[in-house]
Amino acid sequence: MKDTADTDTTPDGRKIGGVLMEMKNITLRFGGVKAITDISFDIRDGEIRAIIGPNGAGKSSMLNVISGFYVPQEGEVWFKGVRRGPMRPYQVARLGIARTFQNIALFDGMSVLDNIMTGRLTLMKSGVLSQALWWGPAEREETHHREKVEKIIDFLEIQNIRKTPVGRLPYGLKKRVELARALAAEPKLLLLDEPMAGMNVEEKEDMSRFILDVNDEFGTTIVLIEHDMGVVMDLSDRVVVMDYGKKIGDGTPDEVRNNPDVISAYLGVAHD
Amino acid sequence: MATTASKPELQSIPALLARNARDLGTLPAYREKEYGIWQSWTWAETADEVRALALGLMSLGIARGDHVAIIGRNRPALYWSMVAAQMCGAVPVPLYQDAVADEMAYVLDHCGARYVICGDQEQVDKVLEVQDRVTGIEQIAYLDKRGMRKYDHGHMNALADIAAEGRAAHQRFDAELDARIAELTYDHVCVMLYTSGTTGKPKGVVLSNRNIIETSRNSAEFDSLGRDDDVLAYLPMAWVGDFIFSVGQAMWTGFTVNCPESAATMMTDLREIGPTYFFAPPRVFEGQLTNVMIRMEDAGRLKKRMFDHFMEVARRVGPAILDGKPVSAIDRLRYGAGNLLVYGPLKNTLGFSRVRVGYTAGEAIGPEIFDFYRSLGINLKQLYGQTEASVFITQQPDGEVRSDTVGVPSPGVEVRIGDTGEVFYRSPGTFVEYYRNPESTASTKDAEGWVATGDAGFFEEVSGHLRIIDRAKDVGKMADGRLFAPKYVENKLKFYPNILEAVVFGAGRSMCTAFINIDLNAVGNWAERNNIAYASYQELSQHPKVGEMIEAHVEEVNRSVAADPMLSGCQVHRFLILHKELDADDGELTRTRKVRRTIIAEKFADLIDALYSGRNEIYTETEVTYEDGRKGRIKATLRIRDAKVMAAQERMAAE
Repeated sequence: MKDTADTDTTPDGRKIGGVLMEMKNITLRFGGVKAITDISFDIRDGEIRAIIGPNGAGKSSMLNVISGFYVPQEGEVWFKGVRRGPMRPYQVARLGIARTFQNIALFDGMSVLDNIMTGRLTLMKSGVLSQALWWGPAEREETHHREKVEKIIDFLEIQNIRKTPVGRLPYGLKKRVELARALAAEPKLLLLDEPMAGMNVEEKEDMSRFILDVNDEFGTTIVLIEHDMGVVMDLSDRVVVMDYGKKIGDGTPDEVRNNPDVISAYLGVAHD
Repeated sequence: MATTASKPELQSIPALLARNARDLGTLPAYREKEYGIWQSWTWAETADEVRALALGLMSLGIARGDHVAIIGRNRPALYWSMVAAQMCGAVPVPLYQDAVADEMAYVLDHCGARYVICGDQEQVDKVLEVQDRVTGIEQIAYLDKRGMRKYDHGHMNALADIAAEGRAAHQRFDAELDARIAELTYDHVCVMLYTSGTTGKPKGVVLSNRNIIETSRNSAEFDSLGRDDDVLAYLPMAWVGDFIFSVGQAMWTGFTVNCPESAATMMTDLREIGPTYFFAPPRVFEGQLTNVMIRMEDAGRLKKRMFDHFMEVARRVGPAILDGKPVSAIDRLRYGAGNLLVYGPLKNTLGFSRVRVGYTAGEAIGPEIFDFYRSLGINLKQLYGQTEASVFITQQPDGEVRSDTVGVPSPGVEVRIGDTGEVFYRSPGTFVEYYRNPESTASTKDAEGWVATGDAGFFEEVSGHLRIIDRAKDVGKMADGRLFAPKYVENKLKFYPNILEAVVFGAGRSMCTAFINIDLNAVGNWAERNNIAYASYQELSQHPKVGEMIEAHVEEVNRSVAADPMLSGCQVHRFLILHKELDADDGELTRTRKVRRTIIAEKFADLIDALYSGRNEIYTETEVTYEDGRKGRIKATLRIRDAKVMAAQERMAAE
């Protein structure tokens, strides 16, 4: 990273580095509607950063700004010390940013393995023709990528559905496959849009463990949006709280939990 | 490989390993599917890995006689750890990986393990959880590094690091290790296995090198197993059978042990490996047959007719062809065509194309299920054994296989029937003792080495085969003095795919009653086909249609029980369908899925009262334990049903 001087260690022994991404005074409008108003916060290398807020607070819009899908009308996005302009999706992927979606976006007819392989697309060097012929370097390259994908399959414990078409899988597993595909791109920054929505307690526990393991094992920085307060408070290092497009709180889970604005806006009766 | 007498230098597993590394060095010893492909280790590589682990354990200060607990699913490195412990003069103690923390605490404390080798983080967590209650654990090692980075490594190591350390330190420990390996004799402890125990606390069964090696040799010769055979290691490592197959016989014959990728991929891995020597408890065969039948229900009409036609042919002549009995040429031709069109592809799908010897044991297997596999040409046999015998007591020789017997005494085993009908045996595999439990040892094994099995049985006069009726202590009398053998009836009930478990009560009572557990797979599929909606196991179990179906099964069983004059009193008069599956986590089953009668009788006392009080409904609340150890309660109102009982005259007619 740009500097290693300001490294912190979390209570559980993970290293959190300097600022990886910085959002400065972001404002995003859709026509006359202000989705995000003058929000600033930073994401540090190696941390798990949560964005929470009631429905319609602008969380998903914020995530789309981070991913480069939306370009804010005002404000600056800095990534790895460089100011980022408007970008095409493949450029975002090459920067090392990967994401999962609130509504699963996988190829239903393809197997789990093939879906995850698509995550490696930006890392493949051989051209379409040589891949189609599957000869020489292309063959070696595919073997290499398959090996990486198999490590992820092992990591997320989905060996038993390797060859199953995604369309036949239950919801919780599809979410896990989506995470696998995002991981296949070997991202520096991983964006998770409600990774636990609609899951039962056991699936949530599994997913939480995978998120922590990904962060721990690969050092991936993670930004996640989540509604389940228990999960957010347990997982994240720092939390941004949004309400009506504004930032009303930012800090460690404990700080956020005790912030009177946050309590009145969101946690309130729900969390006691 | 089979030599007739064990040479003096082959008195331990490490000695056998050294021989294999020397004589069979380039042949595959262990395989494991990982990262989507089968990784393989030759005997020479295995010997090298095991030695590195042993040196690593030496550097951690392992002493002679220490106990090393091993907890995890079947993986080559865990098998190697066991042999490495033996090399150091220590005793490996494999534990059931699905044991909850309390059970684990008891065993770890009882054996006084100094070292614990875990498969992954889940097992490490359990050990750490019980560590304050268990004194003596000094070092924990783990195989899978995932999630382990944050742990305090003061007394913890990755297994790979232990091996690396061992390799680095070989000059310091080589001589000492060689000395310890050379000391091992037939009388040294080979392994200690805890019996799951249908009653009371588990007991540590101490098995010597003599027990394991002699038994492995005898049983390998019985089925002429050789270095070219393949087995799939998927049954719990803590179970004696797995130790005999995956360590004892593998080391003796030099065959290949294949470890599946995960429990969930077992069926796929089975198909890929196509083992030649296969062992499974009846429930695995039942599960596979149920799957085949469910899929055939959904198959097209032509396929279904073809399947039905050729299965009929197979049922008629298949077993005879397998046993080498005379069969007409036309039937042979029909069977050949069936083999081409149905049996071959089916066996391939099941992963049984190459099976030369298949065994089932542990529970009685339904005759239909047994005959199904044999009619396909799969040489499925039964054996009868227990941990205390290093598995083998009796087994069925090729060509003399029947579903209702367990075969003739295994080579080297003497069997006799006691005055009360209890089966006793004496063999080279007979265990040394129960660890730190001389009373139990004395009450099980007498001075001459005869061991009481606790099972009641008799030898058939014509065939000389042993038949087991029931647990000796479960065989009782009803109030009017008629014989009560619950297992006999339960097995008949369990042969129906819709019934997963059954528990029959009636000792000292005027009539028999039963709890039934439905099989969610089979009944769920049936419900789907008949448009019966249900939201939960509990709701499905109490559905009136399900009740009627089970009632029909119970009545059929009553009819067949009535045909046996000795046991006709065991007909089930009243029964109910339980609202939850009996579960080992709740203590209702043992880890090997045997019913724990007394615990169930205590826990569900209200339900038993209701069965005998003539009520037709009962409200109940039951405590359940979730996988992570938390507890909850489920509430239900259960219907009690009456089943028709066959009258005495019908019984006379049947005689």
